[in-house]
Amino acid sequence: MATQLAPVPQVNTHAVQREARGWTSWITTTDHKRIGIMYMVTTFVFFCLGGVEALIMRLQLGTPDNTLVTPQTYNQLFTMHGSTMIFLFVVPMMAGLANYFVPLMIGARDMAFPRLNALSYWLLLAGGIVFYASLFWNPPEAGWTSYPPLSSANFTPAGGQDAWIYLIHLTGISSILGAVNFYATIANMRARGMSWGRLPLFIWAILTYSVLIIFAMPVIAAAVTMLLTDRHFGTHFFDPANNGSPILWQNLFWFFGHPEVYIMILPGFGIVSEILPVFARKPIFGYKAIAAATVAIAFLGFLTWAHHMFTAPIPEAVLVFVMLSSFLIAVPTGVKILNWIATLWRGTVEFKTPLLFCAGFIALFLIGGISGVFLAVFPVDWQLNETYFVVAHLHFVLVGGSVMTIFAAIYYWFPKITGRMLSEGLGKLSFWLMFVGVLATFLIQHVIGLDGMPRRVYEYDNIGNLELYNQISTVGSFILGLGVLTTIVNVARSLKVGVVAGPDPWKANTLEWFTSSPPPVNNFDTVPQVRSVEPMKDIRREIERRTGGAPASSAIVPAGATQVGV
Amino acid sequence: MGHLVSTLAFFTPQSGGSSNANQIDSLFKITLAIALVIFVLVEAGLLYALLKFRARKGAVAAQIRGNNRLEWGWTVGAAVILLALAIVTFAKLSSIENPSNSGPEADKLASNGLLYASSERKLPPDGKSLTIKVVGRQYIWQYFYPGASEPDGLGAPYSYEEMVVPTKTTITLDIASSDVVHSWWVPQLGGKFQAVPGYHNYTWFKVEKPGVFRGQCAILCGRGHARMIATVKAVPPAQFDQWLAYQKQLLSEANEQAKVARAKLNAQTGAGQVENP
Repeated sequence: MATQLAPVPQVNTHAVQREARGWTSWITTTDHKRIGIMYMVTTFVFFCLGGVEALIMRLQLGTPDNTLVTPQTYNQLFTMHGSTMIFLFVVPMMAGLANYFVPLMIGARDMAFPRLNALSYWLLLAGGIVFYASLFWNPPEAGWTSYPPLSSANFTPAGGQDAWIYLIHLTGISSILGAVNFYATIANMRARGMSWGRLPLFIWAILTYSVLIIFAMPVIAAAVTMLLTDRHFGTHFFDPANNGSPILWQNLFWFFGHPEVYIMILPGFGIVSEILPVFARKPIFGYKAIAAATVAIAFLGFLTWAHHMFTAPIPEAVLVFVMLSSFLIAVPTGVKILNWIATLWRGTVEFKTPLLFCAGFIALFLIGGISGVFLAVFPVDWQLNETYFVVAHLHFVLVGGSVMTIFAAIYYWFPKITGRMLSEGLGKLSFWLMFVGVLATFLIQHVIGLDGMPRRVYEYDNIGNLELYNQISTVGSFILGLGVLTTIVNVARSLKVGVVAGPDPWKANTLEWFTSSPPPVNNFDTVPQVRSVEPMKDIRREIERRTGGAPASSAIVPAGATQVGV
Repeated sequence: MGHLVSTLAFFTPQSGGSSNANQIDSLFKITLAIALVIFVLVEAGLLYALLKFRARKGAVAAQIRGNNRLEWGWTVGAAVILLALAIVTFAKLSSIENPSNSGPEADKLASNGLLYASSERKLPPDGKSLTIKVVGRQYIWQYFYPGASEPDGLGAPYSYEEMVVPTKTTITLDIASSDVVHSWWVPQLGGKFQAVPGYHNYTWFKVEKPGVFRGQCAILCGRGHARMIATVKAVPPAQFDQWLAYQKQLLSEANEQAKVARAKLNAQTGAGQVENP
């Protein structure tokens, strides 16, 4: 009797291979989990650096004619901040999460190309080091968009601009290699029974993220190569004095730049689509619609780039087309938001920290989505473009959107990665500080922009209430910073004293919770047959059936983890 | 009600200088009204779902996987709202983009001044406007007015930073740059337009009452970007003509002085040694 009752997950709790130890084992590793951890730690360090740069900028703008930093330093700060957050934080952080969880969620032993995977990480690190090494000479100062002629050798001769170009090249190659790897892994290494219709939505998101990277990154690679040869080898691609075109750069840059927005947010959509059903105890509402919307957003994302160029000298037909295509992309995005709310509807919502971050994401991302519609109406954009309204919009999308989902992922998956729970108290404190911080920092920036303050200015005249508004924003940014710091403390503390999690502390739906926490080197001893989009739910039900109706949770969670979940 | 209007004004772009800025403002307000309704409905729905359906003892989650009619409904609904917004935009577009005729008291300099063919350059229905050429450079705006002393357009009166314009006259701007990308923007006189080296960009405005309007370069153009201020000073047409005549006089006086200086230099170094600047 007893042998037949043994819960399935307990079969896999021992590692087959001995874990390698010591720092050399990290440098030489090709294990997707270790590479994933290195990705996440590295990108989080860059996130903190980018955050400090942002706080210095907010301090500078705290009073109208502040002299805290020089104009040159201020330009370097926002260039470093934007480039860091995009190329060294959000995109590679998503790659880090995908690295750790794609193989686990599809029931694979590792990525399809483990050594290529390690190369992706080391290229990312090299890009970050080259970029930040410029701090010791002349950091770049032409903005993360680096429009020529400003970024050309005539106007920005310093080597920091070249460091920026190498940042794009190295992180770009890293992303492309990672994307190819994710695609190959998802296409070929899924567990038995995991058809496309049973793919977890996070995996759908990473698949789409990979395709976007494969199409978009080569374009920016070409553009920065042209900028490099313009700067050093006498070409004139962007030089108007020799029939080159600065508009060509804007087109190439935003042909990459707009899909990049979806590269940064679609994995976040995937994270939310995984977490909400777990804490609402309900299946995702409209699985097919969400998967289809992901693919639709990715396709339409390639048709809207010129809405970043509404004020450039481009033909009116382009303005009209791009306004309509930008409207069109709002539809699948809106559909997803409604699907998420419908997922909560008539569920039993458990207010754990990952759920709070997801709910906060929906509330904040909605603001970013709606302000995006204003910017898509091109005559209205003529007033809003390049002002603080745009800064507010993009931060609601990236901080209220991507960053909130990354924090949701940290709180949701930390038990799987480390085997220990994060503190709920500190987690909730961190959430509320960040939520209030985002609102205080960025909501008022819409008004700052509407009152005529352009972005990327180191000083402003105190017209109307600009000083007061900027001070509100500055105070908000420090609240946001405090929220991030709280999570750092939480992580540092929980690594040592966190409650032991056990394999499946959330009673979740996907396969990564089938193995022990942290998972052994080989991930799974046996991979179960997948029969639905929620394989763990099926497994729990099966155990319940075999144990004759005893509560599934007590059968599946090993001793020592029972104090979890209070 | 009045309070609500003033609260909304807090959240709208600047306007009041020129009709195109006013039209953008009203298009913004229509968008804002639609947006606020959607914002309130969706946030309320989210909050309701979170609070009403929080886990309680004995509560069981409904195992719903979707609802095709509902999902198609809100997809089509979202598309219809955006279609409506597109229609409103197209209806407003011509009043924003197309210059209106100058008033009867307009400056007489407004003329059929089509300098070069361009499909994107828009003129008022009667074809008469005062064209001012705007040139961005690190870190100052320069403006060239009609009235060149030479047929090839050289010797036109110009000013820096402050643009002087006649009221009640349709002004068309021909925006260019001599170095990096800049962006012309005076919020109360309409939207912003990039000044790109090698390209021409166009916009227009018409100021009804005298006044000073403040703006600044809107695209990062280097370390002095924050100080690249633009002001537009609107004065009655007669005063404008006077001002322009004075600028021309200053220019011709300077030219005369330069001629004298050149002749003196030629006498010292020999004719032909110094080229005409």
